[in-house]
Amino acid sequence: MKWKLAIPAILWLGAFAFGQEYYPKNDGVKAADENYTAFTNARIYVSPGQVIDNGTLLIRKGKVVAAGSSVRIPENTVTMDLEGKYIYPSFIDVFSDYGIEKPKRAPGGGRTAQYEATREGFYWNDHIRPEQQALEAYSFDQKAAQALRKLGFGVVNSHVTDGIARGTGVLLALQDEGAEGDRVLEGVSGQYFSFDKSVTSRQSYPTSLMGAMALLRQMYYDADWYARGGSATTDRSLEALLAQKNLVHFFAAGDKGNILRADGIGDAFGVQYVMLAGGQEYENIDQIKATGATLVVPLNFPEAFDVSNPYEAGYISLEDMKHWNQAPTNPGVLHQNGIAFAFTLQGLQKQTDFMPMLRKAIQYGLPEEEALRALTTEPARLLGQADQIGSLQTGRRANFLIASGPVFDENTTLYENWVNGQRDILADMDQKDIRGTYTLTAAGKTFTLELGGKAAAPSLKVKRDTTDLKGKIAYSGDWADLSFTDGDDRYRLAARVQRDADNLQAKTVLPDGKETRLTLKKTAAFEAEKEKEAKEDAAPEVLPLTYPNIGYGYAALPKQEDVLFRNATVWTSEDAGILENTDVLVRGGKIARIGKDLSPGRARVIDATGKHLTAGIIDEHSHIAALAINEAGHNSSAEVKISDVVDPEDPDIYRNLAGGVTSIQILHGSANPIGGRSAIIKLKWGQPASEMLYKDMPKYIKFALGENVKQSNWQSYSRFPQTRMGVEQVFLNYFQRAKEYQAKKDAGQPFRYDEEMEVLAEILRGERFISCHSYVQSEINMLMKVADKMGFRVNTFTHILEGYKVADKMAEHGVGGSTFSDWWAYKFEVNDAIPYNAAIMHNQGVTVAINSDDAEMSRRLNQEAAKTVKYGGMSEEEAWKMVTINPAKLLHLDQRTGSIKEGKDADLVLWSGNPLSVYSKAEKTYIEGVPYFDLETDTQIRSRMAQERNTLIDMMLDQKDGGNKRAPRMNRRERLHCNSL
Amino acid sequence: MKSTYHILTILLLLLGTTARAQQTPAPPQQETISITGATLHLGDGTVVENGTLVFSDGTITAMGAGVTPEGRIIDASGKHVYPGIIAPVKSLGLVEIDAVRPSDDEDEIGTMIPHVRSLIAYNAESKVVESMRPNGVLLGQATPQGGTISGTSSIVQFDAWNWEDAAVKTDDGIHLHWPNSFRRGRWWLGEPRGMRPNKDYPDEQAAILDFIRSAKAYGKGANADMNPAYAAMQGLFSGSQRLYVYAEGEREIVDAVTALKEAGIAHVVLVGGYQAYKVTGLLKEHNIPVLVNEPHALPSMADDAYDLPYRLPKMLADAGLLVGIQNQGMSNFQTRNLPFYAGHVAGQGMDREKALQLITGNTAKILGIDDRYGTLAQGKSATLFISEGDALDMRTNQLSHAFIDGREISLETHQTELWKRYTGKYARQ
Repeated sequence: MKWKLAIPAILWLGAFAFGQEYYPKNDGVKAADENYTAFTNARIYVSPGQVIDNGTLLIRKGKVVAAGSSVRIPENTVTMDLEGKYIYPSFIDVFSDYGIEKPKRAPGGGRTAQYEATREGFYWNDHIRPEQQALEAYSFDQKAAQALRKLGFGVVNSHVTDGIARGTGVLLALQDEGAEGDRVLEGVSGQYFSFDKSVTSRQSYPTSLMGAMALLRQMYYDADWYARGGSATTDRSLEALLAQKNLVHFFAAGDKGNILRADGIGDAFGVQYVMLAGGQEYENIDQIKATGATLVVPLNFPEAFDVSNPYEAGYISLEDMKHWNQAPTNPGVLHQNGIAFAFTLQGLQKQTDFMPMLRKAIQYGLPEEEALRALTTEPARLLGQADQIGSLQTGRRANFLIASGPVFDENTTLYENWVNGQRDILADMDQKDIRGTYTLTAAGKTFTLELGGKAAAPSLKVKRDTTDLKGKIAYSGDWADLSFTDGDDRYRLAARVQRDADNLQAKTVLPDGKETRLTLKKTAAFEAEKEKEAKEDAAPEVLPLTYPNIGYGYAALPKQEDVLFRNATVWTSEDAGILENTDVLVRGGKIARIGKDLSPGRARVIDATGKHLTAGIIDEHSHIAALAINEAGHNSSAEVKISDVVDPEDPDIYRNLAGGVTSIQILHGSANPIGGRSAIIKLKWGQPASEMLYKDMPKYIKFALGENVKQSNWQSYSRFPQTRMGVEQVFLNYFQRAKEYQAKKDAGQPFRYDEEMEVLAEILRGERFISCHSYVQSEINMLMKVADKMGFRVNTFTHILEGYKVADKMAEHGVGGSTFSDWWAYKFEVNDAIPYNAAIMHNQGVTVAINSDDAEMSRRLNQEAAKTVKYGGMSEEEAWKMVTINPAKLLHLDQRTGSIKEGKDADLVLWSGNPLSVYSKAEKTYIEGVPYFDLETDTQIRSRMAQERNTLIDMMLDQKDGGNKRAPRMNRRERLHCNSL
Repeated sequence: MKSTYHILTILLLLLGTTARAQQTPAPPQQETISITGATLHLGDGTVVENGTLVFSDGTITAMGAGVTPEGRIIDASGKHVYPGIIAPVKSLGLVEIDAVRPSDDEDEIGTMIPHVRSLIAYNAESKVVESMRPNGVLLGQATPQGGTISGTSSIVQFDAWNWEDAAVKTDDGIHLHWPNSFRRGRWWLGEPRGMRPNKDYPDEQAAILDFIRSAKAYGKGANADMNPAYAAMQGLFSGSQRLYVYAEGEREIVDAVTALKEAGIAHVVLVGGYQAYKVTGLLKEHNIPVLVNEPHALPSMADDAYDLPYRLPKMLADAGLLVGIQNQGMSNFQTRNLPFYAGHVAGQGMDREKALQLITGNTAKILGIDDRYGTLAQGKSATLFISEGDALDMRTNQLSHAFIDGREISLETHQTELWKRYTGKYARQ
């Protein structure tokens, strides 16, 4: 029956029934096809929840007429008896780029950034392209369509995966025959967004994730302003965005953290995005659930690493190993938490991994019914097309699959994929299932042949008595070709399968070359169930989550405890000074009492005899725990917020805790005169970013002066400013504009909401504080004069390495200094930096902090503070304030933390000795009464990690026989600093 | 109070006029000097309490608790005396300001250039070198950086008119950066960041070993034409020079040590050794000392303990290896923190005198200058300093005197001058 496969075209039942029926026809006569097609004796999944056994599906002209157990079959019906086979609605992918021409990367580049947009009449930023229409970029791709049909897909929503606003999608049926009029089901279907820039433009802004977020916010503000008639010129991008307002909004978040980020933007502008997930949502499922977003979930479960070489295995982090183990639980976990989702092929390395990965998700806890829902009714609902696709109720499109058995079973064969009533034969369903056990007697020997695997592509195992022999089988059409070897003897058989006989008659070539005709006698039927049961018995072992789910995560989050530190040397960082033999009682996360012989009440008593208790260290200048530091696309970036990109899973958080650090200001970098807004966080390791950020966080912004903003140390000559002279002009200009902006607002005139100007106006109103990266005295002086002129105050100069030269002026201005202890000589502007800087500024009445700007140094800021004793002769008490209460003052947090005072947050460190001594180490670090670091806990975590590592390596070695050969690699987080671009 | 400030100001102004750029090198020791009443930290793991140390003509002539002082007496009661700290494998004097290219002479082009010598580029008037001295760092190994074989180093002292004056040991060693079996992802080409196996690792190793074998063969034959690179390698085979091999990973260390020993290199020193604690047996077997990375470093693997870099020197020393501390990967100005690196290691459980050895006696042995430097002992160079307190703790590291070969050097620097100038400015107001 091979002819059926060879010429499927003639079987396009109903192919001409719709579409271009009103077109003139000149190559023949018009012929209508009004016939019905009925599929009888099938198990029909009308929808995931509605199954009809032994039912009939009746279709006509590409649509479902009826599906039920007693469907009346009209006379003009072609009937196909499915003999117990399964029918499912075909699958839908809402996040496809099928048929879309790949966007072309803009040429050029070079060292000098492009700051302007390349387009005219569109939005001011090239990466906002809502006017982009997938329909325009679409052309039918027969090969890709066929590959998708083979996987079971019938319809995809395709889009241009390029840009931050990516424009609209197009809903496409995947049939071969017919014209585009048949395939394009909806020309404008959903609109798409992401945080990734377009490759078609080299426009620099935004260079960072937080810049992309700010750009999206400004886009929505601008759209609103445009809709109110604010713009004098036409903007085709904003017009498109406004016109597409009511379409479903898809967001290519692609990451558990980015889902939260995108959702925050959506919430601010009344948009609920449907989010493309990243595959790690199981790790922060509560937060994901709280977004209320429907997800589009990839099946991108990682392969096992090749850990056979112990040296190489050493490079793989526990985080990556655990993700390999836990990732397949993601869909199941989403379902258990009541999160609606659809599946997508996006993210798969090979499309053909789709079914194996899906089976893995099912094996790891996703009910089959939910898997089907995520491929049919859920995507249809998301697209607002539930009355057209995704199920097989009357009137829906006849998009369905015919399968040999349950669609997700490993041994099931997909026979046919019908799209809009067009048939695509994937495998010959009339082909007989010849699987089973056979015996063959040839050349005086008896062989047992076991045909297993898939019905359409059986596998062969051959035995003589108990000896396993090598054999293979090819089964195509009605012919089964088998061969096997027994030692040097080769046997070749070709059998013509007969419908009415179990045994196979085969022309056989014996080892001696003689040809004969032998019978393969069927002795037992195929048993698929046996294999399946064996599999289920071996339920996969999944390691428990930790908080965070990486190395040094806690098995359970540490809890707030009431503690009494008994008999410590207490460094108060207050006027009370250093108190010997003193108790400190912590209750409810606050410092409750300081005194002698305090009664613990219910508090746990910690004997601190011989130890020193201090307030937690505060780092005024940090760049850890952030996914981006600089937005370098503009010379002012006040619109960006580091708080948008806090990374709660940076291992440097834990390492800083181990150095007694409890609070940090994550500053924007120094790429621009006007940088971005800060995040001030407590290092609550294991908690999400939202919990780390200070409540009522003081508002800060980073400014910068000197070589970095002038771009002096690399080949960049096009951006203003290139000199310190220009730097002043940037500030004067921006603040003047901010004043004018505010005046317009105050006067009640219509205005374009500008997030950047809003932030600068906050500075002018004294609501937002400046921490300014600064080195040489001229520029320090300049900014203070700009501030005087514009009517604001500089809160902090950070780095401030020549502060000692203008310390008197600083004291007069009322600005603090946050400096390095002893850094210099790394660039020209720090040639006069001296380690006595802190002491001189302090002596002139400047509030001085010692900061790190460095992930390594921050974990021994106690030693850095001690250097002010050496350089400049600070007292130990004052030196210690430079990393506690002084930075707290500079951050306007001194009412809450930074010293040991009753009523303040219990952010405390217990040191083995004098905290300024090089010989001391932090033994316990508390934040608000929660022990976030403890030497003993650290030891326990290390041994648990070693065990987990062992377990996972064993599991991977077991897997490797299955063919997994993923080269080991170390995914390292990029460590960011001031200059990171 | 005002008048004292006034006097101080005048003094400082005078100072400011005499010392503009670099401190003037001290003249040779004129008279015998005795330091009395001090705690002598010998740099060999031992201490002499209330000791006297006598030196003349640049050499320690007597030392101990019961020694009679002679000549000029420095009363150091309650103070501490240490051997001058040694900074190995640094580009001190080869680069002045990191970001200013004209001031940078630390990395020549070419991958295997042992003939490139650091000494002639050593800037004896570097302000950065000068800033080492007030912390007790008095000697260093001026070392070319980068490439595979970076060049030849020399050991210098930090109070000199010119590089000839400065040289303590000329062309002491050759520096080889072993390739890595893993390499960083080339993210600019679209690869993910992070580390992946380096497919070229075997070839890169072969290239080094071919070079070494060729150099050895060159040394045996009569060569009509000079090969400067091969010629520069000969000291490694005769044993007169050391080979400093930089390797961090366990596998790289095993490969480097095995291959270099097989190649017949007499003195091999391991530099870096982040995972050396996993192969201490092999290192001990081949008698390989380790110049370990500074403890002020983050763990380089995600799952390594936060304090691994703090504990590593002790782990290696406990395994019986000869260990010194270097901070090759850090900016040169950081090298003045060498005493505090040792202090930090002591804070993690190492005996303080043993920790001192990591930057003095051990380093001198590793560099091969222990006949004169690194410890306080009769017959050795009077290269030492007096600190008001414990020099390994930044709170008490306050130098009152420092001597290089008995010459009493200035402890002023560009930085102390600025400090005094601006303190004076405010005192005047």
